[in-house]
This record gives sequence, structure tokens and C-alpha cells, in this order.
Amino acid sequence: MKLKRTVLLGAALAGLLASSVAGAAEEQFIGLPSYRVGPYASGGSGVFGGWIDYMQLINERDGGINGVRLTWEECETEYNNARGVECYERLKKKGSTGNTVFQPVSTGITYSVLDKAAQDKIPVVTIGYGRTDAADGRVFPWVFPLITTYWSQASAIVNFIGTKEGGMDKLKGRKIGLLYHDSAYGKESHAVLDRLAAKHGFELSKIAVAHPGNEQQSQWLQLRQLKPDYVILWGWGVMNPTALKAAAKVGYPREKMIGVWWSGAEEDTIPAGPAAKGFIAAGFNVAGANYPVVADIKKFVYGKGKGNMEDKARIGSVYYNRGVVHGLITVEAIRKAQEKFGKGKALTGEQVRWGFENLNLDDARLKALGATGFLPSLKISCADHEGPGVVKFQQWDGSQWKVISDWVESDRPLVRGMIEESAAAYAKEKGIKPRDCSKEG
Amino acid sequence: MLYREAGQFRTSYAEDGRIFPIRQDRVGFALLVLVFGVAVPLLANEYWLKAILTPVLIFSLAAIGLNILTGYAGQLSLGSAAFMAVGAFAAYNFILRVDGMPFLLALALAGLAAALVGVLFGLPSLRIKGFYLAVATLAAQFFIVWVLVKFPWFSNHSSSGVVTAQEVSILGYRFASPEAKYVLTFAVVAVLALAAKNLVRSATGRAWMAVRDMDVAAQVIGFRLMRTKLLAFAVSSFYCGVAGALYAYTYIGTVEPEGFNLDLSFKILFMIIIGGVGSIMGAFLGAAFIVLLPILLDNLVPALFGDALGAGFASNLQLIIFGGLIIFFLIVEPHGLARLWQIAKEKLRLWPFPH
Repeated sequence: MKLKRTVLLGAALAGLLASSVAGAAEEQFIGLPSYRVGPYASGGSGVFGGWIDYMQLINERDGGINGVRLTWEECETEYNNARGVECYERLKKKGSTGNTVFQPVSTGITYSVLDKAAQDKIPVVTIGYGRTDAADGRVFPWVFPLITTYWSQASAIVNFIGTKEGGMDKLKGRKIGLLYHDSAYGKESHAVLDRLAAKHGFELSKIAVAHPGNEQQSQWLQLRQLKPDYVILWGWGVMNPTALKAAAKVGYPREKMIGVWWSGAEEDTIPAGPAAKGFIAAGFNVAGANYPVVADIKKFVYGKGKGNMEDKARIGSVYYNRGVVHGLITVEAIRKAQEKFGKGKALTGEQVRWGFENLNLDDARLKALGATGFLPSLKISCADHEGPGVVKFQQWDGSQWKVISDWVESDRPLVRGMIEESAAAYAKEKGIKPRDCSKEG
Repeated sequence: MLYREAGQFRTSYAEDGRIFPIRQDRVGFALLVLVFGVAVPLLANEYWLKAILTPVLIFSLAAIGLNILTGYAGQLSLGSAAFMAVGAFAAYNFILRVDGMPFLLALALAGLAAALVGVLFGLPSLRIKGFYLAVATLAAQFFIVWVLVKFPWFSNHSSSGVVTAQEVSILGYRFASPEAKYVLTFAVVAVLALAAKNLVRSATGRAWMAVRDMDVAAQVIGFRLMRTKLLAFAVSSFYCGVAGALYAYTYIGTVEPEGFNLDLSFKILFMIIIGGVGSIMGAFLGAAFIVLLPILLDNLVPALFGDALGAGFASNLQLIIFGGLIIFFLIVEPHGLARLWQIAKEKLRLWPFPH
């Protein structure tokens, strides 16, 4: 009797276990080190909102990636390195296979987790920030500064100016002012612009603005005396609207001001009011809600009341769309990795890393995703962790951003040369032996 | 009952002058050291060691530094983070530029470099006091960070200005695992905290306190103001500098000027205000409070309220609760957590038969 009961109980337990295994769909965990408070909250809430909405879309519309549902958890970093490291450690073991990709959306946090993530076998993806020379995948197998880097952007801006002037040879003797945030971030532009100035023969005047940049009278006085043909605005936060207002005050044409992607969002132009009209900014994603991918988010996510944005008017804004790009690339890398390691399975960070390295978003794929023109097509390889290095330029018409160019390329040989130079120096300092990419599968 | 002191006699000056005159305290302290020095690294997991305990220890050290200056010598400073930055960058450059530089020596040199800078910025303290001095040290905060960004030599011409700290190795042993880094941090902090405790009980500490309580009177009875104040700046900056170097090498792993901004200075100041101004133990309590509470709230708030709140509101709610708790503790005990502990201990010594 006793034996029978034990056997029965055992069978029942085994059945329960089996059914729970079969019943539970596979889940892929993605840790989100977000910042919704602090000085950069306005950007953070947009980026993370768009990102979460895209993952929600995949769950709601497609039932996950080949049936693997995405799960995520936010961890507030306040854009602070120490909190970012805490979040990294907290998130890394969550989910059935651990955190599969870490995207800090902060250069400081990126540097802090760079070595650790390689040890833990978690890929670090830094889209539009972070360590530029990590684009050399031979030295940085675990880091992916996808789409473009600060150096590519600087070079693409110069190319854009060249096109506007009617050819790169027309840049000779021109004056370009660089109004930059006086921080490591702002100085990132110097080396590459110096080389380009030497190459094309334009005169570069660098003018620093101290953080936070809400006082720029002397800088604009200086700019008025210099009379540059163009001003590159390498700003951040409150510095951007202040620069636009100051430019209006001294009468510098906003059409000649070109911002970087951290200067070209609605949060930068709306506070400047009418002074922002005509301002041009680079971006690796565009603004606008009339792309099929954003329309789908509205339909499948917000239609079911599962949207993340509190202010729905921000859907389609530059930061929001940037978040969608983050989500889209993450999902596509997981999808790619599933092709190799098993469809419908939850993957580890190491497997997803392969997905990023073999990511290939061609025009056909972007069209299928409803994101043609939304972000550039992208092909990553073992040696090249950056991809196209292109940006689009948008102009603020007083109420919204209008795309005014196609994808503008950078001076790739020059930028790639600098990246390899810098990566080689890092490898030497750290004693890293670069991978041989011909052996990678 | 816990604190039955009957039968504990002090029969010599040495016994009378001990840090912990009561036996129970000595045993408790030894246990604490054993727990955090031996048991914790053996038992705790990586998350606890790396993300919780190591930063608490490092910020405790920085808070001890500021407490020496503000709590003991009475000189208000808003430049602690900048002195940490000096320490971090000095350690980086010493290890980078001097072949075979031992880590512990680099740590000491980093502290000395910070002490030197601290003395320089302490000079105005001879003329100005109180809030005016705070403004002068505020200048240090901005000036030092600006210098570190301005001259790329300090960050070895890194294009992004962020540099990776080198590997830590002492006598050939590589401190790479979180356990090893924690133990190293613990050892340095324990030694320096003990030194600080003894320093503030010595003639130097009494000189600082005399200057703090009334500098004219201190001068009249023969303390040399310049020496005393500058020594306080030097020692304080030394502690902050070592804390900064540890922050870079055993915690974050990177060095960047923007990481040491005014926010961090304020945080360290809040640590000593919450923990207890003029108390070494208060530095530890305050650091634990300021570092751990936001993390606790970040775990608690979403768990309690789930998705009912928007993510943005949940993040802001944490700040509101955090601020509220700070005010609550300051109203309950304006002298900080260390004073609360002291009161508890006094009660315990009489318990269960209070007068």
C-alpha cells in the first residue's frame, strides 16, 4: 500500500514536472539599465520607452522570437557609473540563461563593465556612444558599437558640409567652428576633425562650453568675430537649446549649424522655441511616427494598453525611435543567433554575441521589419563591429524634424585607420592578442 | 545584561586609553572584523561583494577623510570628490609611467598627491571660514575636474577621456576576482580607519577639535592654526585620495574625471551628516545608508507596486522616499546614526535596570 502510494506520488510529481517544462514557453531575458531620473532623464525615458515598446510588440504581435518570449527588467542607474555597475551585477544572472546583452546607454558605464562583461560572456552593445575603437572586433570581441561611432559621425558631418558646398575640394579655406561640451564626450571629436581639417584644408576653431552650458555669451561673441561658414554643435542637454538661442541673438544662421545626434532631438529644439528653426542635426535614426514599425507598435502595443510611454505624443520622437532601433537590433541579433543555435530556444550571452557578430540587416530585411529608411542597413563582421558608419541629416522646421539627406557616409579609410590604430594601442597596453578573423565561423 | 561591566577593572594607563574599554565591545569588534574580513569573502556572492560591500567600504574611507576635515577640524569642504579624482588619476599615472610600480606604493603616492593638492586648496582656510570656505573648496571641485579634462596627459591621451585602470597585482598575486579585490579593499580601509581612529584620539586630533570648537581660543592657548588646519586638509585629502584610487582600481575599474563630480562631493557630505559628524563609525554608517538605501528602494518599489506605477514614476518615487528618510533621520537624531547607536549602547549598559 505504502509502496503504491509512493509510486503514485512519484509519478504524479514526474508528470507535474514534465508538464511544467512543456508548458513553460522559453524566455529570453534582457536587462535594461535605464535612467528615468537625473539630468538625462528626458532622453532616457524616450530611449527605454521605445525599446520596451518594441520588445512588447514582438511578444504581442509575433508571440516572441520563434516562440521565445522576451522578458526584461529595468534597473535605475541615474546615469551614474557606480549604479550602473550595480545594475550590471544585479541583472546578469536573471532569467533562465542570464542577461543576454547589456546596453548601458552611457559611455562611463560602458567602460566600467567592458572587461567584466567579456569575462561573464555577455555582449556589450553601445549604439552611438561608448568606446569608439571597440569597432575593431578583433581586439574587442564582446563589444559592439553598432551602426556608427562618434568619429564616423564627425567625418560624415564634414562630408555633408562638403556636399552642401558642392564638393569636398570646396572646403579648402573654409572656416568651421566646433562648439563642444567641455568634457571627454565633447573632446572625442577633436582628433578626427583635426585630421580632416588637415586633409581638406579647412580651418577648424574649437570653442569649449563648460558643463552644463547654460551660459554661452562669450562663446558666441567669439564665433561672431570668427564668422565661421558652419558651426558644428557637439552638445549635450541644456547646452543645445542655449546654443540655438544664443545663435539667434547674435544672428548666426541656424541653417549653418549642424548638431550631433545628442543635439538633435525634440528635447533640444522645442525649448529653444522659434530660435531652433532651420537647425540641422545628424542622427543614426530618424524622427517620425509614419513608419510601419511605429504604426505596428501603436496598433499592437498601445492598442492593448501595454505601452510604456506616459506621454504618447513622444512616440515617433528622435529619442523614442532611437529606443526602437535598440530593440530592433537586439531582437534581430537574437533571431540570427537562434538560426545557428536552435530556433525557439532561450540563448546564452555567448550565443547572442555570435548573433550580433553575424548580424545582417539588408534592405529586404529592413523592409520586412517595416523600417526602411528608419535606420541604415547594417552588416557586422568579426573585424568590423561598427557597420555602415552612416548618418542622416534632419532639419527642424519649427515644429518637427524633416529628413533632408540620404544616408551620408564617413571617410571610412581615415576613420577605420584611426580605430585600428587606437585598438592596437589598447591591445598592446592590455596584452591582448587580436583574434584572427579568418578562423571565426 | 549584554553589557555587564562588573569585574572589568582598568589597572593601567594603557588599558584606560583603549579604543574599546569594554570587553564586550572588543569581542564584538573582533567578530565584526572576522565576519567582514573572512566570512563574507568566503560566503558572499559576486553581486554582494562587487556591487554592495566594496563601494560601501570605499565610500566609508572617503567619508572618514571628509569627517576628519569637517567633523573634527571644523573646516567645511565640498571638494572631496575632486580629491578622490586626484588620487585615482595619480595612481593611474604612477602605475602607467613608472615601470614595476608596486600597487600599494602607488596607492600611498596617490594619497600623498591628493594630500598635496588638498594643502594647496586648504590655504584659503587660514583666512576664511564656514560657508565662504565651502565656496573656496567648491572651486577646487571644479578646477581639478577641469584640469583633468583639459590636459589629455592625465588620461594618457585617451580619445574619450575615460581610461581603464590597470590590473592590480601585489608581489605577483593578481587581484582579479571580486573576492580578492574585496579583501584588498577591506584590508586597506581597516588599517586606515584604525589609524584615523587613533589619530583623532591623539594630540593632533585634540588640536583639530580645539580649532573646530573655537579657533581664536585654540590659538590663544598655543595651537598653531596654520599647521593644524593644513594638516587636517592634508590628512583628509590623503584619505579621499586613497579612496579615489581604490574606487578606480578595486571597484569601477575605470578612471574618468566626470565620475568625480560635485554630486559625489555632496554625497560624501551627506554621508557624514547622516552618519554622524565627528565620528569614525558614523562614516561607515552614513556610507552604508547613502549607498545601500537607493539600491534597496530600487528593488523594493517595483516589487511592492509592480507595474501599477509607470516606470518613470517608480524611479522618481524612490528619490522621494530616499529624501524623506534622510529628513526623518535628521529630525529623529540630528547628530546622525552614530549618535543613535551611542544612545542605544548607553541604554543597553543599564538594561534591564535603568535608574
